[in-house]
Amino acid sequence: MNKIKISNGRIIDPQNQIDRVGTLYISEGKIAALFEEPDGFNADLDMDAQQQIVCPGFIDLSARLREPGHSNKATIAGETQVAAKSGITSICMPPDTQPVADTTAVVELIREKAERAGYMNVFPIGALTRKLAGTELSSMYALTQAGCIAVSNAALPVANLLVLRRAMEYAASHDILLIYRPQDYWLSNQGCAHEGKVATRYGLPGIPEAAESIALSQCLMLMEKIGCRVHFAQLSSASAIPLMQQAQRKSLAVSCDVAAHQLHLTEDDILPFDSAYHVMPPLRSKVDRQALRAGLRSSVINAVCSDHQPHDVDTKLGAFPQTESGISAFETLLPLMLKMVHEGGIELQQAIAAITSQPAKILQLPLGHLSVGAAADVCVFDPEKCWEINTQNWSSSGKNTPYWGQTMQGQVMWTLQTGQVLFSNNAPKAYYHPA
Amino acid sequence: MTLVAPHTQLSADGKLKHFLTIEGLDKSILTEILDTAESFAGIADQPVKKYPILRGKTIVNLFFENSTRTRTTFDLAATRLSADVLNINISTSATSKGESLLDTIRNLEAMHVDMFIVRHSASGAAHFIAQNTAPHISVINAGDGQHAHPTQAMLDMFTIRRLKQDFTRLKIAIVGDILHSRVARSQIQALNTLDAREVRVVAPKTLVPAGVEALGVKVFNDMDKGLNDVDVIIMLRLQKERMAGALLPSEQEYFNCFGLTENRLARAKSDVIVMHPGPINRGVEIASSVADGKHSVILQQVAYGVAIRMAVMSLTIQAGAQ
Repeated sequence: MNKIKISNGRIIDPQNQIDRVGTLYISEGKIAALFEEPDGFNADLDMDAQQQIVCPGFIDLSARLREPGHSNKATIAGETQVAAKSGITSICMPPDTQPVADTTAVVELIREKAERAGYMNVFPIGALTRKLAGTELSSMYALTQAGCIAVSNAALPVANLLVLRRAMEYAASHDILLIYRPQDYWLSNQGCAHEGKVATRYGLPGIPEAAESIALSQCLMLMEKIGCRVHFAQLSSASAIPLMQQAQRKSLAVSCDVAAHQLHLTEDDILPFDSAYHVMPPLRSKVDRQALRAGLRSSVINAVCSDHQPHDVDTKLGAFPQTESGISAFETLLPLMLKMVHEGGIELQQAIAAITSQPAKILQLPLGHLSVGAAADVCVFDPEKCWEINTQNWSSSGKNTPYWGQTMQGQVMWTLQTGQVLFSNNAPKAYYHPA
Repeated sequence: MTLVAPHTQLSADGKLKHFLTIEGLDKSILTEILDTAESFAGIADQPVKKYPILRGKTIVNLFFENSTRTRTTFDLAATRLSADVLNINISTSATSKGESLLDTIRNLEAMHVDMFIVRHSASGAAHFIAQNTAPHISVINAGDGQHAHPTQAMLDMFTIRRLKQDFTRLKIAIVGDILHSRVARSQIQALNTLDAREVRVVAPKTLVPAGVEALGVKVFNDMDKGLNDVDVIIMLRLQKERMAGALLPSEQEYFNCFGLTENRLARAKSDVIVMHPGPINRGVEIASSVADGKHSVILQQVAYGVAIRMAVMSLTIQAGAQ
């Protein structure tokens, strides 16, 4: 299918500051034109996008696809299909697979599996340290040559500040992006919930906010001398915001994201010992949530990720502290962004930017926008359509979501990557024109 | 899917089906437990120490953590109610071979048991079992992680009510490792539900959990001030491993600052009672002269433990039968 026309949708392209109703033209996998039909354009496929929003495909900064090593939880083929259904066209995958993505062989395996699945860009994130043990550097340069978009120690600690400093220096030498999830290992003290009134009431070992802000400050202070590019992943606390603000004022090469659920859920939402709410970093207080929302509004927080972590049922069946953390989150990413828009937390344009142009900018990818000539990665969604999370509608092999049974607003109708239709929601109004 | 439904300990008609935590139970239910225990308290003086209430019922003591006192009193309580008791020794059971908690429960269920008495090192384990077990089975929490130990709290309430009658007049100090104590959490909730005048926690900051004030307590970091004018002192056991975790410098220093001595006892009301859930560390949290002294009611607590556990077992099994 060479030529596609997406007609009469509300086209939102934050990077080019476009927000108006019109038609998008795609040819040979690229954006051919917006609003005005190019000469001699004969569409093979005409999609009617009336009352729908047409925007760049979503770029997810953090999603576990569980392969290699945990295919009992999910597979690359299965979850990339779910991602396509969720409007996502590019995924960054943390290195905590089994084996760890600390060799080019593992990275190549991931890329091969993703390619064979054929759904979307899967960008492996390489391990920062060997086996993610936090003590010896990985062969970062080789990993990026093999296709890693960045390096990270995922949720595992770096042994000490000397290792972190050297990792930053080495990454800086090759201009490799370092993705860092700030959480001090010792202060976290094997906790499983936010240190506060709810953890105290339920007797759950707590993780103080300082575990995040101290780890963040340390890394920021090292950055001042080193000049490494660092992206801080999945911030959770109010105290992180002024630290990020200060770093931006100093023009450090920083960026940060927050997981979509952190913009909605707090410690107060945790039903007694419901393991679906067991996430890392933990759900914090209402004050933290408000600060995260404000931080996103004021662009101190650049992007939002799904932090998709599908689990098998058994992993979440147990006493709260003994279950694994994480939410299956692809399918709720768009609805949660829209929910925040409806609640007045953020403008629609900015919400879309946080999952399209902003992550692309952080990753230095030529994606996340609808400029003429750009790859036609496009998501078309119905912002009003409601759907219930139930076994019929849910596609991820991980059923671990605290939103189970709830009604979500916002449904993806089409997802295209380089002009190929990855997903269509029963192709409601598309007309094929045989050549 | 929501893996665990929002839970209630109560049956549809408001009776106590499971006993997992004090939280959420109203005063009338706590009072019913105390009153029922009162009716069982005299049993030790009778020639035949048995009631037929649980005849034909099978009760499983499922202790994933070691315990002597709690398990023995549950065992005794069940026997006095004529139940058959199954003691599962977890260290030699399938759990140590990797069987999941749920599979252990399912296997025992298949043997047609009626009640689980559960102790587990993880907070929420008893809730988890109650939410996943067959509908006719009652679950009693005999201590889960740092969360709750409701029967211990109720036997403490029983002791206080017997000796002090009216809770609304009482100032109570709970002293020691509040942070790690499931007993303290349940006591605080019970005392507040029973309208105690003032509940205090007394400990160094390293042993006070964040935001504990929200549970309805006043925090004291100074033992002398904390004991001032109180009617009841509840001492908590200090576990040896707290020194290794950098929570305290030494047992000696802890005793000097927070140990209950006769001198310190003089700060409290003259008719103060001293309680301790056991086991006691003499010379660490309490001086022997106080533990064995005239204000101590520690052994009475143990005796009342059987009556409370009989009460909770009979109430929950009745709710389950309806």
